Order: sequence, then C-alpha cells, then structure tokens
Amino acid sequence: MENYLLEMSGIHKRFPGVHALKGAQLKLRAGEVHALVGENGSGKSTLLNVLGGIISKDEGEIRINGQPVSINGVLDAQRAGISIIHQELVLVPYLSIAENIYINREPMRGGRVDYKTMYTTAQKFIDDLGLSLDAREKVVRLTIAQQQMVEIVKAVSFNAKIIAMDEPTSSLSDKEIDALFHNIRSLKARGIGIIYISHRLSELSTIADTVTVLRDGETVAAMPVAQTNNDEIVRLMVGREVTNYYTRTYNSPGEVLLDVKGLCSPKVEDVSFTLRAGEILGIAGLVGAGRTETVKAILGLDQRTKGEILFLGKPLRAKDPMDAYRQGIAYIPENRREEGIIPLQTVRFNTTLKVLQKFIHGIRVNRTEESRITAQYMNQLSVKAASQLTRLQNLSGGNQQKVVIASWLATDPKLIIMDEPTRGIDVGAKAEIYALMNSLAQQGIGIIMISSELPEIINMSDRVLVMREGKISKVLSRDQISQEEIMKYAVNI
Amino acid sequence: MEKEKKNTEFKMPKMGGGLRSFLTQYIGQVVFLLLVFLFLSFATDNFLSSQNLINVMRQISTNMYVSCALTMILICGGIDLSTGSVMAFSGMIAGFLSLAGVPFWICAACSLLAGAAVGFVSGFIISSTNLPPFIVTYSMQSILRGTVYVITSANVLRLTDEAFLEFGGGSLGFIPWPVVYMILVIIATYMILNLSRLGRHMYATGGNVKAAEFSGIRVKRIRRFIYAASGTMAALSGLVYTSRNTSMQPALGTGMEMDAIAAVVLGGTSMGGGQGGVLGTVLGVLIIGFINNGLNLLRMNSFWQYICKGVVILIAVYLDDMKNKRMLRATGK
Ligand SMILES: Nc1ncnc2c1ncn2[C@@H]1O[C@H](COP(=O)(O)OP(=O)(O)OP(=O)(O)O)[C@@H](O)[C@H]1O
Ligand SMILES: [Mg+2]
Repeated sequence: MENYLLEMSGIHKRFPGVHALKGAQLKLRAGEVHALVGENGSGKSTLLNVLGGIISKDEGEIRINGQPVSINGVLDAQRAGISIIHQELVLVPYLSIAENIYINREPMRGGRVDYKTMYTTAQKFIDDLGLSLDAREKVVRLTIAQQQMVEIVKAVSFNAKIIAMDEPTSSLSDKEIDALFHNIRSLKARGIGIIYISHRLSELSTIADTVTVLRDGETVAAMPVAQTNNDEIVRLMVGREVTNYYTRTYNSPGEVLLDVKGLCSPKVEDVSFTLRAGEILGIAGLVGAGRTETVKAILGLDQRTKGEILFLGKPLRAKDPMDAYRQGIAYIPENRREEGIIPLQTVRFNTTLKVLQKFIHGIRVNRTEESRITAQYMNQLSVKAASQLTRLQNLSGGNQQKVVIASWLATDPKLIIMDEPTRGIDVGAKAEIYALMNSLAQQGIGIIMISSELPEIINMSDRVLVMREGKISKVLSRDQISQEEIMKYAVNI
Repeated sequence: MEKEKKNTEFKMPKMGGGLRSFLTQYIGQVVFLLLVFLFLSFATDNFLSSQNLINVMRQISTNMYVSCALTMILICGGIDLSTGSVMAFSGMIAGFLSLAGVPFWICAACSLLAGAAVGFVSGFIISSTNLPPFIVTYSMQSILRGTVYVITSANVLRLTDEAFLEFGGGSLGFIPWPVVYMILVIIATYMILNLSRLGRHMYATGGNVKAAEFSGIRVKRIRRFIYAASGTMAALSGLVYTSRNTSMQPALGTGMEMDAIAAVVLGGTSMGGGQGGVLGTVLGVLIIGFINNGLNLLRMNSFWQYICKGVVILIAVYLDDMKNKRMLRATGK
C-alpha cells in the first residue's frame, strides 16, 4: 500500500437543500501539487473547508500519514499541519506583514510582545522562500499577489505539511502567476503537499502532478496529469463531451452605438474608438494597461479629463455613472464579489434588483413575475442554487458571479461592458456564456469584452483594441486577430 | 435539463406560509414575549386588565414611531442617536407656537417639518461627506439639546390648547389616538420595507453599498430620506409626549434613542445593516414595553428598574444572537 500524506475518503456534507459532498475523496502525496478541478458548485471549496476545520463534515474519514485525525476546528487543522489559503484573503490590512504572520501567537518576552524577534524570524521565513518583501511593511500597501505570498509565508511558518490554495491565480497577472508557480515549486521541494484549485485548465500541465476531478460532490477521477489531457478532464468534469467551445456567427454590424473621441483620464490617454450594434469588441492588454480604467472613464466612474463620448449620438455625462446606466449600458465589473452582490440577500433579490420596476408598481408586488424573471436568467446561465430563496453567500464562488451577470442581462441593455466575463467560471459554463454573448450580438446588442484570456478574445471578437500603458497601441480587425499580433502590441518591445 | 428545472422551480407558499416564515424568523422573540406575558399575568393582579393593556399600548407608541424609522436606518447600515433631542426640539416648536395662539394643526405641521428638516440635515451631511453616522447624529443630538435649553431657558412650557391636548391624550372610541398613529406608522413602514422598490433598495444599500451604487441605486437619496423620516417620527413622538404630559419639558426624550436601538436590535435587525424587518421591531418594542410596565406593576424601585431592564435586554439579544449563530454554523459561514 502506498504512503499518502493526506487521505480524505467518503466525505459527506449536507447543507439545507444541497448535498454538497457525496463521498468525495482525495489522496495527496508529500511533495506533489495536486490539482482539484470541477464545475462551479461541485464542492471544491467545501472540501477544503472541511479539511481546514472551517465547516464540520457529516461523514467520512481524514488520515494524515495513515493516522486517522479528527478535525473539529481551525486550531485542530493547524496542529495537524494543514493550512488553507482562501480566495478572499484574510489578512489584517493595517498590521505589518510580520504581525500578520504571528497574529495570535506573538513571541513574548517579559510579558510584552517581542517585536525584534518577531521581525527577524518573519524576515527569515520570507528570505528563505526567496521573496522580496519587508516584514515591517503594512499589508494594506501590498498587491493581491504579494498578499498571497504573505499567506504562503504564514503557512510555512506554521510548519504546515499541507497547503491548500483556492483559485490562487484568478486575479493575478501572468508575471505574478510565474512568481507564484516559482514559490509553489520551492514549497514542493520541501516535501510539502499542495492542493491547488483552479478553473484555468491550461495551468495544470505547468504546475500540477496529479489531478482529482469532482462532479456534483463525488470524486469521478484521480490521475497523474501526464496521463491525461484537457479534453478528458473537461469531459469528466461536465459529464459529457464539450465540442463546440466558442460559438460565434458574425453578422454585419448595425448603427454606431458608442463613439469615444479622444478620451483622457488620469490613467488613460487619447483613447478613441467606435462600437456598432451587434459587434463584439475585445480589449486586450496586460494587467495594468488601462483596460478597466478606459471603461471606468467612459462610464464616469473615473474622472474624465478630456474627450467626448456619444452613445446613440447623444453625449454621455461625465460625472454620473447612472446616466450611462439609464441610457442602457450595463457594466459587469471585474470585482464581482465586492461590487456586484448583496451577500445576505437571496438569489431572487439579487437577480431582480435592477429591474424592480418590471414587477413592483407602488406597493403591488407581482411575485409570479418576479420568480419568472429569476427562473429565466437562472436557466439561461445555469445558476446552481438550492432555490431562488438561497442566500447569495451560500452559493459557490462561480455561481455568485453568474448571478451578477444575470442581474445585468435582466436590464435588457443595448450595450454590455464585461470585464473579465469568465473569470472563476467553469469550462462548461464558459461555453454557455460565449453562446449567450453570440446570441446577444445577433439581437443587435453591442458588447465590449475586456479579457486577459487570449483564446476568448481571439475567438469571440469582431475587432480587438490592444492597449499598452494607458493608450491604444493597435486596433486589429477580424482577419488580423492572432495571438502573435496581440502580444506584439501588448508588450513593449 | 431535469436537474435545472429542479434548481430554479419556485413553490408558492402554502396557506399559512406567511405565518410559518414569520415564526421561524422570530421564534425567539415570540417565545420571550409570551414568557414575559405569562409571568406578568400570574405575578400581578391587574396586568391582564384591558385598562392596563391599553395603557401599555399608549406607553409604547412613542417608542414605536421612532423604532420603525430606526429599523430602516439600521437596515441601510446607519444609526441615529439624535432622536431624543429631535423630540424635544420639535416639541418645543409646537409648544411655543401653541402658546402664541397658533391653531394646533399648524403647530403640528411645523413641528413635523422641523423634525424632518433636522433629520434631512443629518442625512445630508452623512451622505455627502461619508462621516460616520454615529458621530454626525451624536453631534446633532448635542446641538439640538443645547438649543432647546438655550431657547427655553430650561423652563417648562405648559399647554392649554384643547386640540393639542386631544392629539396625544384623547382616543378614537376606546383606542387612544397615539395607538392609532402607531398602527398607521407600522403599516407604512411595512409597506415601504416589504412591498416597495425603495425598501429593496434599502436592503441593498445596507447589504453592500458598492454593489448598490453599481446597480444604479441612488444611495445618497435613500440616506437623506431615512434620516428625514427618522426626524419626522421623532417629532411625532415629541408631539404625542408633550400633549400627553400637557407640558413641554426641555429634558423631554432624553435617552429615547437607546430604548429604540434596544428594541430594534431585540427584534433581530442587525446593526451591521442589510438585514431585519419591522415585524421584529414591533415584537422588540412590545417586549420592552411589557417589561417596563411589569416592573411598575411589581412596584419595583425605579433605580432597580434600570438595572433589571438592562439585564433582560442583554439576555434577550444574546439569545437571538445564539440562534443566528447556530443557524449559521450549520451552514459553515
Ligand atoms: N454555507 C452554505 N450553505 C448552503 N449551501 C452551500 C454553502 N456553501 C456551499 N454550498 C453549496 O454547496 C455546493 C458546493 O459549493 P462549493 O463552494 O464547494 O463549490 P465550488 O466547487 O468551490 O465551486 P466554484 O468553482 O464556483 O467556487 C454548492 O451547490 C453551494 O451552493
Ligand atoms: Mg469555490
């Protein structure tokens, strides 16, 4: 029998109305990177939460080095050498890196916190991992990627044998991802077992040794990454063949919807372009190239210093984002969790929040219409939830995202601006979102899509704006779009 | 396809569904209220007399007006500490006008408008500066209380106008007027919070301001509205108080905001915003009202009453919190 560092078997977890884990299992060896993949809501995060003692399992067994352990809380998990890095990072912003690492176990001397020892040991851990961070720096000043590294240092300082990461790359730039992978490899070299959740299957061959596939709370496969390929993984995740990934039927664009002339803001310079009805305009570029800033300036969410914006021939007011919204422009933001959802409210509340006028007149609430609208968009985006009355905070991360998109589609916009529309969304649902974008374009809706995923830019766009350092460096027409062309203009050479 | 159907299907509530969901949400408060009720029925002779029960309703009415408005404020993630002073301020305005011979309905209108205006000012400052509501309304409280003392020179205003005295002291059949207003205020608040678009916008604002703004909700307007509403309710409360006492005292309403906060939180509305409802507040006000009344009937020394009330509120809020935690732990959040 093989020696596993961690064995989770027969894990069951039931939430009200959902059987989230149905006998899931996961076997992790020391010094391996073990990818955990599955559709949105398949139970990946739940499995990690069970491992980390954040929620209690209903049934099942957890063994570490062959010994059964009982984990009834975060402290038990820490003692067992388990560290979880959640997608929403949980550091204290106004404390230093060292204070965050040693929170609740500060080194003491003579009844007082021994800051000197704290800073030197913390710095030693940082240096050991080859990171360039100052232990005295306040966390609030760090980028997301750096904060993630602090979490990793913290895990190592706990002497963790098992480190689990929930979608660590979803909000990182390519460069930051490289740095993260570098760190992961050095953890691996120390014999630490790593569980790695991601929706970016293309990463697996780079970083993972083994992959476990979850479907509807069950483990449907576990195998070495070298013995499989993405198509097979997708088939296992979704339970059927996904052949037609990108749906796009180009049609001749209609009237000009949006006309941006010489737009300047503190972060972008002289941006001009037009968008026609029925067109999908991709905006490509590296993280920090000013893509999100461009649309924020268009909408008036960022200050506009110069330039004119016409929507259907009429100027958009500069300082009032609601003006754009009232004219029929939907903006699906990048940080959907912070800027898009009301976590304590239900799926129905969130889906219909922007279209209340469709079913509330004065104090007459048409509940049938309300649930019809909700059902329609839940179906269209295949939102997985126990019912319409489930609170949003109880949905899986990807399904929360889908609800945000649904709530914007419900407004029947004329122009949709999507910032990273498929981030954190599983492959099956991605294909459905592409199909939906295509049919929206066919109905004459204009779409602006900002994306860091080149394949979706290449396969979905009529035209591509490539941005670099706050400026448009190139506009590519459909026959010019290719990975090489985009990269050529995105990177400074 | 089958699976998706199941996911999104919506069962219409069966008959009594409303009652059932009311009970699951407020079971703690209902049980607590019943316990207090039963205890007082046995421990005192006249608690259950209709005379006393009507009396309790009259007593709680002023707290109910402000608590209803405060429920909306807490749902939006704010707080209002100025209630007590607004009561005194608008009571004073009505008192002076009335003594000057102005007809009552004009006095009342001016007083309510004054309440709305000071509330609006607080709301305006809060929504346009992002100063914490706690500080803004606390300052407002101090400013208004000072103003009242300065203008009245700390003197009591004695009222004589019949119509004014009827407003808070009279009754419609056997129902005192203040209780009639109370019922109207509860219904109006319920309609706003549960049936109107404005209500949903309030829950969204308290639940996640950023998401609300991104959704096109005019958060600033909502903030101004709720503080103005709170000021208006405080003014109503001040009018009723003044009328019932047949005089306006400069210390009127001192500490009132704390009773209101206690009642609203006792009713399950969270101070963190985004959650709660007016039905819980009604239960909270009733609980505090019965406790006050019961301690009087038991002839408890008024100093001990304070202590006792504090302890009981603490226990009740703790029990509600326990219930919520238990429900959340089951779902792992
Ligand atoms: N606290 C909770 N209460 C009720 N249901 C929950 C709770 N947490 C998760 N669920 C449900 O359990 C299922 C699994 O969720 P989980 O978060 O583990 O999915 P996931 O695989 O991480 O998905 P994603 O890729 O979208 O992050 C989902 O159907 C979700 O709605
Ligand atoms: Mg997840």
